[in-house]
Amino acid sequence: MRIERSMLADLARGAAFLGSGGGGDPYYSLLLAEAAIERHGAFDLIAPDSLADDALVVPCGWIGAPTVSVEKLPSGREALAGIRRLEQIMGRAVDAVMPIEIGGGNGLAPLIAAAELGVPVVDCDGMGRAFPESQMAIFNIRGLKACPSVLTASCGALTVIETDDNLTHERIARSLSVALGGIAHMVEYPLTGAEARAHAIAGSVSAAIATGAAIREARAARADPFDALAEALRATGLYPHCAILFDGKIVDLERETRGGFSVGRVIIDGFGGHGRMEIEFQNENLVARENGAIRALVPDLVTVMDRETADTITTERLKYGQRVKVVAAAAPAMLREPRALRLVGPRAFGLGTDFAPLEELNGMRGA
Amino acid sequence: MRIGVDVGGTNTDAVLIDGLRIVASSKQPTTADVSGGVAAAIRAVLADGAAAPGAVDAVMIGTTHFTNALIERRRLDRVGIIRLASPSGEALPPLTAWPDALARQVGGEIFLLPGGYEVDGREIAPFDEDRVRAAAQACRARGIDRIAVSSAFAPINAAMEDRAAAVIAAEHPAAVVSLSHSIGRLGLIERENGTILNAALSSLAAHVIASFEQALAGLGLSAPLYISQNDGTLISAAEATRHPVLTIGSGPTNSMRGAAFLTGVDDAIVMDVGGTTCDIGVLAKGFPRESSLSIDIGGVRTNFRMPDILAIGLGGGTRIHRDGADLRIGPDSVGFHITQDSYLFGGSTLTASDVAVAAGHADFGDPTRLPPLGAEARDAIWRRIQAMVADGIDRMKTAPGPVPVIAVGGGHFLVGDGLPGVARILRPPHASVANAVGAAIAQVGAQLEQIVDYDAVPREEALAAMRRAAAERVVAAGGAAGSAEIVDMEEIFLSYLPGRSAQVRMKAVGDLADLGPRRGAGPVAMEARHAN
Repeated sequence: MRIERSMLADLARGAAFLGSGGGGDPYYSLLLAEAAIERHGAFDLIAPDSLADDALVVPCGWIGAPTVSVEKLPSGREALAGIRRLEQIMGRAVDAVMPIEIGGGNGLAPLIAAAELGVPVVDCDGMGRAFPESQMAIFNIRGLKACPSVLTASCGALTVIETDDNLTHERIARSLSVALGGIAHMVEYPLTGAEARAHAIAGSVSAAIATGAAIREARAARADPFDALAEALRATGLYPHCAILFDGKIVDLERETRGGFSVGRVIIDGFGGHGRMEIEFQNENLVARENGAIRALVPDLVTVMDRETADTITTERLKYGQRVKVVAAAAPAMLREPRALRLVGPRAFGLGTDFAPLEELNGMRGA
Repeated sequence: MRIGVDVGGTNTDAVLIDGLRIVASSKQPTTADVSGGVAAAIRAVLADGAAAPGAVDAVMIGTTHFTNALIERRRLDRVGIIRLASPSGEALPPLTAWPDALARQVGGEIFLLPGGYEVDGREIAPFDEDRVRAAAQACRARGIDRIAVSSAFAPINAAMEDRAAAVIAAEHPAAVVSLSHSIGRLGLIERENGTILNAALSSLAAHVIASFEQALAGLGLSAPLYISQNDGTLISAAEATRHPVLTIGSGPTNSMRGAAFLTGVDDAIVMDVGGTTCDIGVLAKGFPRESSLSIDIGGVRTNFRMPDILAIGLGGGTRIHRDGADLRIGPDSVGFHITQDSYLFGGSTLTASDVAVAAGHADFGDPTRLPPLGAEARDAIWRRIQAMVADGIDRMKTAPGPVPVIAVGGGHFLVGDGLPGVARILRPPHASVANAVGAAIAQVGAQLEQIVDYDAVPREEALAAMRRAAAERVVAAGGAAGSAEIVDMEEIFLSYLPGRSAQVRMKAVGDLADLGPRRGAGPVAMEARHAN
């Protein structure tokens, strides 16, 4: 599929939903992607199956504080510099790029690299949604190495990280991003084509585009954007279950920083006095309870959306009084495997409960 | 005594207030030159109130004029655009994502220069005075007299923008300069956009504010002139001439503040029922709850704070559609043609007003012209209208219990008694000029935004320092010392940054310090360093 300028807004909208409350504001990522297409023209989205076994595929994304990312904007040279250095280290050219994380602004990040390098974007990503830390990527879960990894910043600084321990890589990268002013571009988990096919979460980029398009088309036709969203998600096959968990307005909100993350909970009162939903978050939404009963658990997606426009509201933008619908979606199957749940399941986030699938918690068909 | 004026799209409303008492009000058609309608409205209230011009202490005007100029792209200046942030930011130059026509009209020269700050206050790059000077010279040489200056993290540290302004003043003294830290909040693109729009309004602002002052002088008024901002607080005429973009959204805010004043209730749902829509807002501590959505002005994305308004398709002119057993309320409306099209006024279109009068909830027009509806049909329509109103209230309120509702606007009778979730309905007199009232009773405001590290300064100390700074800004903007109070505070902890860093926004308001009449020319020239 050729990615044209007109599809970028759909990708941004779908990626925002897949951020499960995190991933930052995709507006600036959208502007950057549009600027890249403006300069270099449209580019290709290719299926993982079309990769040669020994191709070099590089996940890309930004690491840092969303608040900084809307003030200290990129120079536009970061992605190219990082990938060129990686090519030097690996001794060969990069064949394709992919998002490290489809959720939020990072869903569009590799488009900049793709445009500048003239390579395609592979229709897959490393998380299937957004997660707060780099070692939560499927590649770490499956035992692949994050390094060599290259960080670049707008000032021109470039850092190569080499370590065998992926958690150490995340810590170094996080510290670097702070030292560089709060935001940096990172290329990590360089993959062969075979590894990308075996482990990356396939279809997530086109799923984001389809989901975003469905919301836009429904709005234009004055149809229900939430019905369209659910239908489009299920049709992707990647997110097989989708439910609107709740419809109400925000009546309470607690937020604080713990360990560098925005931690808290939001309480939503149902319209007409019908019950209450509470969502706990750590950048991303982790668990949704309705009148005390759990309705969705990480890694399944929970996204709070404006109930009129179906715009996604990230945890940082939650405000008292907002009128919202809470939408949940089943995570891609690979995230529900036991080895994945150890790193991205409820207990990994300090929730004292084991994972239960969305469709079981809500008595849905197909459970 | 004060005079409040609201210049709307159709009407210019004015009120004369003496202390807490509304002495007179007037509704005049808005004129193309704006000041004609303003003069007519003020003349009318002075006459009706039998007040001498010398008895007026202050005049406050709220207008949509500058919004319209940006939407219609009329009389906009060409702007020289300076951004201090390089090497950061070059991937998204100024005017990115602007509608082409507007960018071509407003975009003069663009200069991406080194500078700006990191989140922790370090410089991204040092200020380069030579290059700023060269940019000013280039603007002067090309006849560009309006300059917009933005820099990274300016709301946190304005020093580089101030330095740039000084260099430009020395090199190009005729230039009118807009600085981003005075215009907007965090979000470089949105704030820079607002700054460029502000610069583009410079000539128009000077002309409109001057024409207001001439209108006042022509009426023998020497009281100071204030202009409403989009958050309902006032800025001086001089400040409004410098920062016209801050005055763009005052209408709905003034309407809600007027509703609060007229009822004495500071926490309520306000329903402003017009001819086509009913705008529902939430008053908290006397101010409208703000929306968190981005505000597009003329197709350009900004982050100005506007009231959170839910507009439902129900107004006095809303058409009632009956198709057999099918009943549909609007959303189409006869709008201001109600005085021709509705049954009450001799037409043949069934409107919400017709049903309201038929059901005994209002009394105007000629009820003998109403069609024979039948009690059952009439009551079914009324019940459906009430359900729409109740649903709108339910969607906006945040407390579970019943809330007070203030109904204003020409169609306020559509908000019936006995609605679920409503503690009481307040229907104040002068409801149709609530927006002019809001302008008249407005206070002076100031906002402050900082990123604070609670590991460096303990939270209580940091917040106390910010409160003092906000109060000082209120005084600088013309507020009475000691009257300043903090009416809103927002604290967002910053994930992904070390320590306990938070972005804190505070809003403070105070009473106007100086209400004494001035002899001779001119408004109070307050140097207000106002930051949103």
